[in-house]
Amino acid sequence: MPYADDAPLHEPRSFVTKYIWSQDHKVIAIQYTVTAMAIGLVALVLSHLMRLQIGFPGRFDISAGEYYQYVTMHGMIMVIYLLTAIFLGGFGNYLIPLMVGARDMVFPYVNMLSYWAYLLAVLVLVASFFVPGGPTGAGWTLYPPQAILPGTPGTDWGIVLMLVSLAIFIVAATMGGLNYVTTVLQARCRGMTLLRMPLTVWGIFTATILALLAFPALFVSAVMMLFDKLLGTSFFMPAIVSMGRQLEHSGGSPILFQHLFWFFGHPEVYIVALPAFGIISDLIATHARKNIFGYRMMVWAIVAIGGLSFVVWAHHMYISGMNPYFGFFFATTTLIIAIPTAIKVYNWVLTLWRGDIHLTTPMLFAIGFISTFVIGGLTGLFLGNVSVDIPLSDTYFVVAHFHMVMGVSPILAVFGGIYHWFPKVTGRMMDERLGKLHFWVTFIGTYAIYFPMHYLGFLGMPRRYYESNYDFIPQSAHDLNAFITIAALAVGAFQIVFLYNLVWSTFRGKPAGANPWRATSLEWQTPDTPPVHGNWGARLPVVHRWAYDYSVPGAPEDFIPQTVPHEEVAVGGEHLRAEAAT
Amino acid sequence: MALAVALVLIAVVAVLFQFASPWWLTPLASNWKLMDDTLLITLVITGVVFVAINLFIAYAIVRFRHRPGHRAAFEPHNRKLEWWLTGITTAGIVAMLAPGLWVYADLIAAPKDALVFEVVGQQWQWRYRFPGKDGQFGTSDVRFVSAANPFGLNPNDPNAQDDVLVAGPEVRIPVGKPVKVLQRSLDVLHNFYVPQFRVKMDLVPGLVTQFWFTPTRTGRFEIMCAEYCGTAHFNMRGHIVVEEPERFQAWLAAQPTFAQLAKAGAAAGDVGAARGRAIAQSRGCLACHSLDGTPGVGPTWKGLFGATRTLVGGTQVTADEAYLRRSIARPGEQIVQGFAAVMPPADLDEQDVDAVIAFIKEIAVAAPAKP
Repeated sequence: MPYADDAPLHEPRSFVTKYIWSQDHKVIAIQYTVTAMAIGLVALVLSHLMRLQIGFPGRFDISAGEYYQYVTMHGMIMVIYLLTAIFLGGFGNYLIPLMVGARDMVFPYVNMLSYWAYLLAVLVLVASFFVPGGPTGAGWTLYPPQAILPGTPGTDWGIVLMLVSLAIFIVAATMGGLNYVTTVLQARCRGMTLLRMPLTVWGIFTATILALLAFPALFVSAVMMLFDKLLGTSFFMPAIVSMGRQLEHSGGSPILFQHLFWFFGHPEVYIVALPAFGIISDLIATHARKNIFGYRMMVWAIVAIGGLSFVVWAHHMYISGMNPYFGFFFATTTLIIAIPTAIKVYNWVLTLWRGDIHLTTPMLFAIGFISTFVIGGLTGLFLGNVSVDIPLSDTYFVVAHFHMVMGVSPILAVFGGIYHWFPKVTGRMMDERLGKLHFWVTFIGTYAIYFPMHYLGFLGMPRRYYESNYDFIPQSAHDLNAFITIAALAVGAFQIVFLYNLVWSTFRGKPAGANPWRATSLEWQTPDTPPVHGNWGARLPVVHRWAYDYSVPGAPEDFIPQTVPHEEVAVGGEHLRAEAAT
Repeated sequence: MALAVALVLIAVVAVLFQFASPWWLTPLASNWKLMDDTLLITLVITGVVFVAINLFIAYAIVRFRHRPGHRAAFEPHNRKLEWWLTGITTAGIVAMLAPGLWVYADLIAAPKDALVFEVVGQQWQWRYRFPGKDGQFGTSDVRFVSAANPFGLNPNDPNAQDDVLVAGPEVRIPVGKPVKVLQRSLDVLHNFYVPQFRVKMDLVPGLVTQFWFTPTRTGRFEIMCAEYCGTAHFNMRGHIVVEEPERFQAWLAAQPTFAQLAKAGAAAGDVGAARGRAIAQSRGCLACHSLDGTPGVGPTWKGLFGATRTLVGGTQVTADEAYLRRSIARPGEQIVQGFAAVMPPADLDEQDVDAVIAFIKEIAVAAPAKP
């Protein structure tokens, strides 16, 4: 039986229970999204301050300590508090119940707690800007021993608040994650088999499983480092002379932390990437009016990438001093993961082939995603291949690579997703002209920032340098850095257009109707737009076909919603059954 | 349409950039040409894929753009095509991975006859040790580290006595001979990085790590730290001079051994400016406070003693002995304008503070302050 046609729904009774202590997945999704965007803006400003110092050293009165604090907080906020939160807490919360035909998440109360714990984590993080010594400047990877010893900014308060905040975040992500997984497995409506789910759900579902398995590694390493810092244990601390003073620690291993961190850290890349993969698949299919090419292959690729992502972590550690023979294993697994990833890219572009391509704003962002993801993925082949990695590691090549692959491309997916689903969330369209303008500046701008940055890495320019006044670096490279800074400032400032569009369209946007993109998946078939509490009115929907019946020959229109039975439109949806039979 | 043009332009500009831009690998100075070769193989393969996919998308956008009355094809999948693409991708991956691993196997197998020297990292400076006449390093432990024994060598180990110690920041090696670098860190992670040699490895406290290379041309190359190690990470400088073997041998012979240094330290009675300099070096003071007037993370010590300095907030202070003493013990209290409060309190005993101040005085006299 599908979950709960008659389950109690905790109907909101007042303004407070409707919008603040809300248990409605849609409200929680919006809370997550707005909070993530707010803290993301802080991280964007931090990146600008950092870039000012890199592009124009000494001109803006930024000290070395402040610079490293900006670097650290920018990285951590973007990866954890913006991207992870917005994909799982934002898109996951909003879309999973609507796309699988449920009335809400399975545990609405826990879902609400998840958001409030997340908000607490953000507040603890922000508080670290106001404590003595400021936030930690240990780099977002927080490598001990340096992270908790004098000589690094924020080692009294900042690092403690950072670790506490991470622990709270992980509690939040776990409460949300259990909900998403259970809802997908237990609360799908009648007819919604796993292989009829839109790829967005597959992406978020798999990413959530990764999060549930990977975050505990970060949690324990945060707790262990707190113990090292506050209780004097030596999990990560060998015998050390710090600033001329013998410390009490002995016997710990700094490399142990790196293993734990990257055992979380590499799946984290896919926790961000898999939801983006899913969203992009659906945007491309919808706006090219064509079924996603090779749906089953796409599902298996997501699952394979998710599985492989747990056996590649030490490619972040080729020069860490771990046993060098690990290099053979991790280079091989890392390059193998490129195969399912490449299949995804092929299937996106083959979906475009012989499509009916509408270059709407979401579609522009989706195609921008493919291009930026491809360059980010390809440069990963340099860094995954151990002997190619060694000269490039800890240079700007790495910075350019991970910004393309897990900064720019996921953010383009976020933007595309917001432009795409905004009409369902608010009942209004976002302004297309501003949207396209936003796309062009962001897409071209990020190429201008990160493409040339790879070449600073080839040159050997080290990352995390407050000043790079070394003789082997030519003046032209410093000029290039100034150019990159200007491009970064421009692209960053331009995001105001997006925010303006978001706010303006919420109140003044053109009314959207229930299904403006003429899409097949369930969220567009709700009786009300925006969907009301409980999503589906008196009766849950029943699903009769997969989510990709676009342009089916013989059908009256170029899309057949998943809710349309075969008695009504006798074509489409057949190939999967045919395939299963063979 | 504009998007198709943009994607074509991206592909074209990327290729032009590769050939026309002035930024490329810093010229090689070691035997690891194979590393550059594998990088080039990777660049060619990935470059072709990057251009092909962007152009393919651009073509698809133009060819299959929306036209009224036109409908997309219905093609759920194409097994044959999917397997072909998987096969070609796998071949490309193998073409990159195989040479990569082959080079890596060489990279982790140092030749038996390699010259061995040790790099010791500490916030934020480099030191070096050669094994001396017996060809063996003495044992070491951070418990032995002190201002008089900054390498932490075991004073009771006979093998340690003839170890040649180079206080840094410059080290020399002979050209054309394989070199194995052993690495230790006294405090945090560091990474001995010379871009021209290509190969690098972290220094990890509690471990000895290693890598090897053969320098192929003479010259003086910059050493940097490539693993973030705190506020002055960017300023952990050194030089490595590659020179003809005879000149190297002459230089090496002129460096003091552990035993000689221990004797000289005892004879000097351990007072005054010379000891102050040693302490300033061993505590990492000089990573931030320059001796030649260049501004660093902290104010330079050149001409500091007796000069008038403006503090954050506008008050003025004379850098006398009392001020220096306060600033060493409680660095956060009186910050000079233009600098940040990042210095940790230096935990020195009275005698050491006296020695450091004597050293600061000495530099001021040698180079009087400019107004």
